[in-house]
Amino acid sequence: MSDAATMDGLPGGTKGVVTDFSADRQAFHVPWGKAMMWIFLLSDTFIFSCFLVGYMHVRMAATDPWPFPSEVFALSFGGDPIPLILIAIMTFILITSSGTMALAVNMGYRKNKKATFWLMVATAILGASFVGMQAFEWTKLIVDEGVRPWGNPFGAAQFGSSFFMITGFHGMHVSAGVIYLLVVANRVRNGFYEQRGDNYEIVEIAGLYWHFVDLVWVFIFAFFYLW
Amino acid sequence: MASAEGQQHPLGIYYKIWVLLFVVSFFSYMVDYLNLQGMTRWGLILLFMFVKAGFIIAIFMHMKWERLGLKLAILLPPVFIAVLIWLMAIEGSHTELTRIEFFGESTMVPEEVHH
Repeated sequence: MSDAATMDGLPGGTKGVVTDFSADRQAFHVPWGKAMMWIFLLSDTFIFSCFLVGYMHVRMAATDPWPFPSEVFALSFGGDPIPLILIAIMTFILITSSGTMALAVNMGYRKNKKATFWLMVATAILGASFVGMQAFEWTKLIVDEGVRPWGNPFGAAQFGSSFFMITGFHGMHVSAGVIYLLVVANRVRNGFYEQRGDNYEIVEIAGLYWHFVDLVWVFIFAFFYLW
Repeated sequence: MASAEGQQHPLGIYYKIWVLLFVVSFFSYMVDYLNLQGMTRWGLILLFMFVKAGFIIAIFMHMKWERLGLKLAILLPPVFIAVLIWLMAIEGSHTELTRIEFFGESTMVPEEVHH
């Protein structure tokens, strides 16, 4: 009789667990770093989904009128306020940075060190300017408009907590991404990956993270600002 | 194996998608700018959102060129979020109705936004 716990040739017990989990089998035929980045991004997808679903719930359950984002986020340059203008600029900046990142990945695989480095730096600068605009937006909302996580003058109290939670968590991702990109860009420049001979796939992995940050913004823009 | 040399594709496709993302973002901004309402608004917002998300994942993140195993492992699990959305939508309307029943309709008068 063959018992699963003590299979022929394989150790049982905790030693068996280690043997099983460290068995040399590969499910995904991509570099391990890329597979792990995808799995991390999948888990991050669930975190952002939970925030957005939570926002949907409080917005549906609120009896007070929901503040109209088009007006709350309008900005005046001397004349009539233009609806959502800052958010639109931030959206275009993030898309631009996604484009420069895609080009950086491509240049990496072409072994063009200089272009890869500068495109990654450009991506990081665009990302940093996005965070800067977000800081401006938060300041305006908190100081001038009096929006707080527990209430605001324009409608349902839940608006502030949803807004600060969702955009804050996204802004944190952008900030972390800027640091990540600069670290990788610097290592591209000083030949760290060249010496290790690993084909600049790390640039693509960093790129996956950056595109994901842009991807999350697509959903935030649609559900929080436009809805 | 394609992934051994990494994801190498002609530059043209990136430029095309880049321009496309700009155009679609501009359209979704126009939805708000032109102040469309009701089903037109929500339909267009969702349409443009999924188009943008799809192109970012497929082209910029190279998912289009990955093997089916990786595609399924990453893209299938988020589908179950639909269940959470459905449950929380039911719960949300129930909470709202309960609040109206016990606390009455909202009497809040929102302030005008000043710029």
